[in-house]
Amino acid sequence: MTAVTAAKAPPGMPAGAPARGPRARWAGWAFVGPFMAVFALVFLAPIAYSLYLSLFRTQLVGGTQFVGLDNYARAMSDPLFWQGFTRVLLFLLVQVPIMLGIALLVALAIDSGRLYGRDFFRISIFMPYAVPGVVAALMWGFMYGTRFGLWGNLETALGVDLPDPLASSWILAAIGNIVTWEFVGYNMLIFYSALRVVPTSLYEAAEIDGAGQWRVISAIKIPAIRGALVIATIFSIIGSFQLFNEPSILQSLAPNYISTSFTPNLYAYSLSFSGQQHNYSATVAIIMGLLTMLVAYVVQLRGMRKEDGR
Amino acid sequence: MTTTTATVHRDRAARGPVTIRRPKPGSVTRPRKNLTLTVLTGVVLLYSLVPLVWLLINATKTQADLFGSFGLWFGDEFALWNNVVATLTYGDGVFLRWFGNTLLYVVLGAGGATLLALLGGYGLAKFRFPGKRAVFAIVIGAVAVPGTALAVPTFLMFSQMGLTNTPWSVIIPSLISPFGLYLMWTFAAEAIPDELMEAARIDGAGELRTFWQVCLPLLAPGLVTVLLFTVVATWNNYFLPLIMLRDPDWYPLTLGLNAWNSQAATAGGEAIFHLVITGSLLTILPLVAGFLLLQRYWQSGLSAGSVKG
Repeated sequence: MTAVTAAKAPPGMPAGAPARGPRARWAGWAFVGPFMAVFALVFLAPIAYSLYLSLFRTQLVGGTQFVGLDNYARAMSDPLFWQGFTRVLLFLLVQVPIMLGIALLVALAIDSGRLYGRDFFRISIFMPYAVPGVVAALMWGFMYGTRFGLWGNLETALGVDLPDPLASSWILAAIGNIVTWEFVGYNMLIFYSALRVVPTSLYEAAEIDGAGQWRVISAIKIPAIRGALVIATIFSIIGSFQLFNEPSILQSLAPNYISTSFTPNLYAYSLSFSGQQHNYSATVAIIMGLLTMLVAYVVQLRGMRKEDGR
Repeated sequence: MTTTTATVHRDRAARGPVTIRRPKPGSVTRPRKNLTLTVLTGVVLLYSLVPLVWLLINATKTQADLFGSFGLWFGDEFALWNNVVATLTYGDGVFLRWFGNTLLYVVLGAGGATLLALLGGYGLAKFRFPGKRAVFAIVIGAVAVPGTALAVPTFLMFSQMGLTNTPWSVIIPSLISPFGLYLMWTFAAEAIPDELMEAARIDGAGELRTFWQVCLPLLAPGLVTVLLFTVVATWNNYFLPLIMLRDPDWYPLTLGLNAWNSQAATAGGEAIFHLVITGSLLTILPLVAGFLLLQRYWQSGLSAGSVKG
């Protein structure tokens, strides 16, 4: 959604209506003010507060003390944190390309006008987006069951032993499948909306020059929606780094394989709510936030540079 | 697009004199329906729909059939109606309570978020005011901040303010949608001509009236789109209420369903998987219905947004 708009050139600073006198100069604030007030309460204040928290440590003996950057040093050498981080990194390196690849192929197929029942495809593939992550995880959790789920049915039907999706070596793939299922349609719609606004005159010109379907896709369509691709990639990266709902729900089905530090987000959550280590939890969350912003920034730079380079 | 033209020109030079041809049927601009492509895309379609069909079929089963019959076909007994009744009445009708909570969070949270985004986006797009650049920088920066980094400190802050375990702890953070603001901003910048606002002012309309009577109708498609997506975000919210709420009486549906699901694992807890499945179905129905019924509006809002943005 957002990506669609963000994919276009940013609006920059529209000139706006000419100001009329000192009262009109502040008229904009009357509209922006309410948003900014709530924004300060639920965005800026928590960020400031967690930065503050991360500099202290509370102990049973001695109470709360200022410890400088000790919490950060601890996180840097915390194997549990880095294991979780490596796991989500692996997750995003595999899951994000698969999901966005499928989404792009479907968007191109729908946009090509060569499908029977195009609108049905578009709305149906988008539908899982309306399913809450919790319900998706519960549902797939049931289906993954080897004894009574769809997976077990499949085993019986084929007469073979399939790997248990909820076993340790497959659990990440099982989660990746749930996330892919939820968001393929959403990303497809973003790409599709971006494809719709490519002027058809370009296709006509290419056609007159003898360009085929694939040539049009690689030379016109993909470059034209590069912005949408970059934005969708960034959002998917942020989503992967924040992975929480799906592993948290599947935890009850595979408690031995999904630890409380399975992802950094789960780790921060359990530190804070089971361990009462609020200060360290805030530190983990800040480091994760910084890493996310860093990766998102690098992807954006790369995406944009390629655009310039062409 | 310069790239494209350049390549095309090169190709043209290589092939010598150009003959202008009419596009043949089956070409890019006059596509011919293709069965192979339809079947291939159909695989993704199946992938998307099979779990939903599974949910629908299994909501008709008794708990015994759930474990004893083939997943993608009906069980011995058609128990959909019984399941729905059982879901709605289990635990003194707590499901309905959760449903009401979800509605409350959606109406106030998503409704408020859309309203704030509407006003803010309009203000940013159509006015010059001191501090505008700072607002721009802060909001864009905040989009990149992951929710994780915010959740725990927000909880600690709210608990000091005595807001945790109240509906407000879920509603207030839902009120901010930076993406919604961005969408409304781009939409308003393009959808409302400056001349129109000038004309309204010359006619003596105040800022509020100009906004309400002249600009709001033009913003409607963007508004519907933002509303739909904030509704989905609030309806599906799990992490925030999980952190904020302790009392099951304030749970939204997502939290309640998970509580039902984990109930079987607790000592002495009754296994009610058929209710989890039927409850899941009832949870997604309103959103699926909303998306289907409002299809024309949000899809036009989407494409209008991209054309104009």
